[in-house]
Amino acid sequence: MSAPQDAVVARASSGTGWRDGWRLVTRQLRRAPKQFAWGMVGTAFYAVATVLSSIVIGRVTDEVLFPAIREGRVGTAALVGGALAVLGVSAVRSVGIALRRGGAYSAQYRLQQRDRLEVTDRYLQLPTEWHRRHPTGQLLANTSDDVEASSFIAAPLPMAVGVIVMLVVTAVLLVRTDPFLAFVGFAVGPMLGVANYVFQSRMRVVSATAQRMRADVAETAHESFDAALVVKTLGREAAEAERFGTRTDALRDTLIQAGRLRAVFDPVMEALPNVGILLVLLVGAQRAAAGAISAGDLVTFAYLFRLVALPMRVFGWLLGEMPRAVVGMERIDAVLGTDDTVRYGPDGGADDDGGATVGADAVAYRHPAVTVEDLGAGPAPGRVRAVGDDPDAPSTRGLEALDLDIPAGTTVAVVGPTGAGKSTIAHLLARLFDPDDGSIAVDGRALGDLDRGALSRTVALVFQQAFLFDDDVRTNLTLGEDIGEDQVRWAARLARAEEFIEALPAGFATQLGERGATLSGGQRQRIALARALVRRPRLLVLDDATSAIDPAVEADILSGLAELDTTVVLVAYRRSSIALADEVVYVEQGRAVGRGTHEELYAANAGYRALIDAYDTGAGRAA
Amino acid sequence: MSAGLRTEAEELVPSHEQASAGETIRRGLALSPELRVGLGVTMLLAVVATAGRVVVPILIQQVLSRGFDVDADTVDMGAVTEIVIGGAIAVAITALATGLMNVRLATVSERALSNLRRRAFAHVHDLSMLHQAAEQRGVLVARVTNDIDQVSRFMQWAGLQLVVSIGQVVVTLAVMLFYSWQLTLVVLALIPLILLVMRRFQTRLDAAYLIVRRAVGRMLGALAETVVGAQVIRAYGAEDRTRERLEERIGEHRTSAVRAGWLSAAFSGVGELLSATVIASVLVVGTLLAVNGPFLGHTVTIDVVVAFLFLAQLFVEPVQQVGEAVNEAQNAVSGWRRVIEVLEIEPDVADPGEDGVDLPEGPLDVRFERVDFAYPGRGDEPPTRVLHDVDVTIRPRTNVAVVGETGSGKTTFAKLLTRLMDPSSGTVRIGGVPLADVRFASLRDRVVMVPQDGMLFAGTILANVAMGAEDADRADVARAFDELGLADWLEAMPDGLDTPVGERGDALSAGERQLVALARAYLADPDLLVLDEATSAVDPAAEVRLQRALAGLTAGRTTVTIAHRLSTAEQADRILVFDAGVLVEDGTHEQLRDAEGPYATLHRAWAAGTTGAIG
Repeated sequence: MSAPQDAVVARASSGTGWRDGWRLVTRQLRRAPKQFAWGMVGTAFYAVATVLSSIVIGRVTDEVLFPAIREGRVGTAALVGGALAVLGVSAVRSVGIALRRGGAYSAQYRLQQRDRLEVTDRYLQLPTEWHRRHPTGQLLANTSDDVEASSFIAAPLPMAVGVIVMLVVTAVLLVRTDPFLAFVGFAVGPMLGVANYVFQSRMRVVSATAQRMRADVAETAHESFDAALVVKTLGREAAEAERFGTRTDALRDTLIQAGRLRAVFDPVMEALPNVGILLVLLVGAQRAAAGAISAGDLVTFAYLFRLVALPMRVFGWLLGEMPRAVVGMERIDAVLGTDDTVRYGPDGGADDDGGATVGADAVAYRHPAVTVEDLGAGPAPGRVRAVGDDPDAPSTRGLEALDLDIPAGTTVAVVGPTGAGKSTIAHLLARLFDPDDGSIAVDGRALGDLDRGALSRTVALVFQQAFLFDDDVRTNLTLGEDIGEDQVRWAARLARAEEFIEALPAGFATQLGERGATLSGGQRQRIALARALVRRPRLLVLDDATSAIDPAVEADILSGLAELDTTVVLVAYRRSSIALADEVVYVEQGRAVGRGTHEELYAANAGYRALIDAYDTGAGRAA
Repeated sequence: MSAGLRTEAEELVPSHEQASAGETIRRGLALSPELRVGLGVTMLLAVVATAGRVVVPILIQQVLSRGFDVDADTVDMGAVTEIVIGGAIAVAITALATGLMNVRLATVSERALSNLRRRAFAHVHDLSMLHQAAEQRGVLVARVTNDIDQVSRFMQWAGLQLVVSIGQVVVTLAVMLFYSWQLTLVVLALIPLILLVMRRFQTRLDAAYLIVRRAVGRMLGALAETVVGAQVIRAYGAEDRTRERLEERIGEHRTSAVRAGWLSAAFSGVGELLSATVIASVLVVGTLLAVNGPFLGHTVTIDVVVAFLFLAQLFVEPVQQVGEAVNEAQNAVSGWRRVIEVLEIEPDVADPGEDGVDLPEGPLDVRFERVDFAYPGRGDEPPTRVLHDVDVTIRPRTNVAVVGETGSGKTTFAKLLTRLMDPSSGTVRIGGVPLADVRFASLRDRVVMVPQDGMLFAGTILANVAMGAEDADRADVARAFDELGLADWLEAMPDGLDTPVGERGDALSAGERQLVALARAYLADPDLLVLDEATSAVDPAAEVRLQRALAGLTAGRTTVTIAHRLSTAEQADRILVFDAGVLVEDGTHEQLRDAEGPYATLHRAWAAGTTGAIG
């Protein structure tokens, strides 16, 4: 069960506080005032016209129909007047309906747009550490489900206001017409309210449970499909189907339960207004007999009860959506409230095309405790969950005091056991992390002082996981920058990608990404590498970026890179890559403990020797 | 709404080949016969339930006609009381019917959909696209979740509404006809006008919603990219471009959705006007008829005219709601269609079941006889050939390494060997039996593949390993770790066998996940083992353990390893080298090294990389 579902369930069972609901409503009204204003104007028209239409029907009965029968003839003026009154009131009501609904839609989508833009804008500014603390699924849900949930109340809101107006007007009318009729109205109205409330408080729990079960079903399907190979090759299909079936059955039973609840509620909501009308007829007939009201009044209220009762369900709808909407809002606001954004300096960088020198001075970096944060509101217990074996254990990941001094144009391999801090170095060099202590300089300029443009012009980092954008190959390389065809080809060639790109259905114009061509891991990595090369970085950082590429091809690529005047820092796992470096930096437990050529290190450093020997024995990852 | 829209952009079948809505519903009903269970009774209840909606007009008509004496201006309270009691009974009966109908609809539809979900899930596991195209996994998950949710939501909400609306039209029409066919004609005369207006709107609405669905797909793509590609965007300073794209696509979504919204709002407004037109016409014509006396032998009375004012409203009301329901229905139908499409994909590999044979006892040999494999082309594209004319025999108990570049066909070779796929032509025999004839139960029992990533399930180490064999108990699992020399590792785990591995094994390192997967395979005790060697980085300590476990696992079994490291190949009894789908070399490490073929080249490149520097 995922954390967001937990939050909804918790809210649903404890009930959404009126204060939370009010906060949500006022927030959304503030964020799309113009659109809501249209909706409110519309709903006012709608409400008034609805009540008027009942009055018109009653008046027509009293002033057109009955006199006509009594007198055996009908005045054209009266008849046409009656028809025009019906049409006129309806015209107002129709405009009201259109404005109310149109305004509601406009508000809803305006809210979604604003929230999506603001949330993604914040995503773009928040540091890598923050992104790492939040699971992808959660961040995605934030821009879709949460945004939709919190904006959804825009739909019933104007209608709800309209219904309140109608109820007030109806009450006034009732009181003015006849106190006994008013008594009927005041008896039935609150009963509708109570029925609504009772139903919603039960339904809320059931639908939150259903929501959670849906998540369970989805999670089981995800897990099972991801492990398809294991399932298939161990012949576990039946067991998996059974496991999935159990979840599905639970969901089914909950949904049936919801259906049963509705089966009680729907008829009650439908019958109550009818009961009201029955009472109106009974009481009204008596009052008419007493001469207190006319037959037309009777018709008016019977009609009005019918018209008002249906829209009253909107409150149930509003209440039902509230918990989800409040949770959505809180999660959005949690992102928007994070102000730990990355700031860039004013330095435009060196005006140079050659390789950059890189220096690190006593750089310390500690990864924040490995935690996953929920984007719930406020500090709640369990909001920050520790993952991994033992969160309190001192983390070996990170850097203690790293010194580096890389001359321009050289290739340096960073070697070390798992968790020594190799990847951290790569991230620090591209300023995806900022050091806690010490500083990193490129060409003698502190990385933190460079402006946004200078930083990305200078350094390019290639990750092990190649990410492809949902775009064509060329755009995946240029990322929309104005880069010449020659340079694109050059980069692709250097990354040994040109050949297979040409072989794709539309060459460099082939669509990649989720719905695009299927590439192998090695091909993806080569595209990612070409993406870095195409901008001719002065410092190229490869974080195990060639792991899925065949050794022979990898060797080719690396020797090609060595011929450039770019400074290359590569986090290496293969001896072949180490062999191509001018110099090796050996890292252990967050410190550079050895440095020199491979031969020098191998001779002088026992740890390095042990690691290389481990790679070297049959067991090692030699190739 | 979003859930359905999201999957819209992920169709597995091109849109021009899609079944129409009617065809989809027909096939859907054929697939879920449970939906028809007791449908007759449910429909009957629906008619009774909707009859409740005409109770009010009838009551008013009755009260006005029997209770009020217009000429004398008196009220007959006895009659009114009688009518009201009758009305109360009618209201109670219809409420009961509504409740029962709701329960039946919910129960039947949820049961049917739950079965459909189960069936689709089992079917997806039979489809090779599941392991061939990792990108489509998310789409397949949507088939058994969102898409069916969509249908379910429809059945419980809009579908119900649709049934009730239709019932309302029918019942109202019947009552109107009973009261006065002349006035009914007036109402019906306006129907063509209403339908005409509705159609125009519906066509435009359909077009508008289609644009919205596309915009949603594009927007979600941009949103996903921003989150998943966050590091790359940061590393390459692509924030501005990303922001522009987001603004464009989010804006596009808003514009299109608001447009569709206003259109739908205007539709409702016009619907209201139409219904007023009907009421006004009834008023005028009804009054004239009532005053001017018998028309075609029929007299319209005032109470009937008043009842008609209510009835006309009831008759036209569904028209206004149908627009909304139709949009929902379209979403549901697309969801249903997508599920059906998946169910209709023939599994490429079928279990011969009862007709099949078991693999012979004892160690297994493998024989590929002129095996070709090609992926069928999409549309006009020609098929992609992956393996060509592979002819090879692997003797029992040998340890074979398969070597080749990415895309050379070595993984396909392994998948054919485990019958995850069938050859396009040629035969694969194991233990002399054509693989296609082997019962799955026997095949999965004797032939086991260990994929590259350990792929664990959320749960404990124990549960994950015990999956390897039926009836395996705790002691069996512990013994497997023991015999593979992994007892020390297991002991170091916080809760030993009961240590949770986290979602998908996240709590373990890649190397540790491999260890668990190896123990699982060991417990399965296959006679033919297929290993896809891991390429992920493992540190030396784990590596040593892994090798130890591998040695224990492969001993005495026919083993085929897809080797990503030449060191693994060096240690094999025999090496098969693939290049562009063709088996180009076959021999021991020594033979191939000296043969000056592709393997020698590969090996030299590797050796140059290693020995060149290390010396």
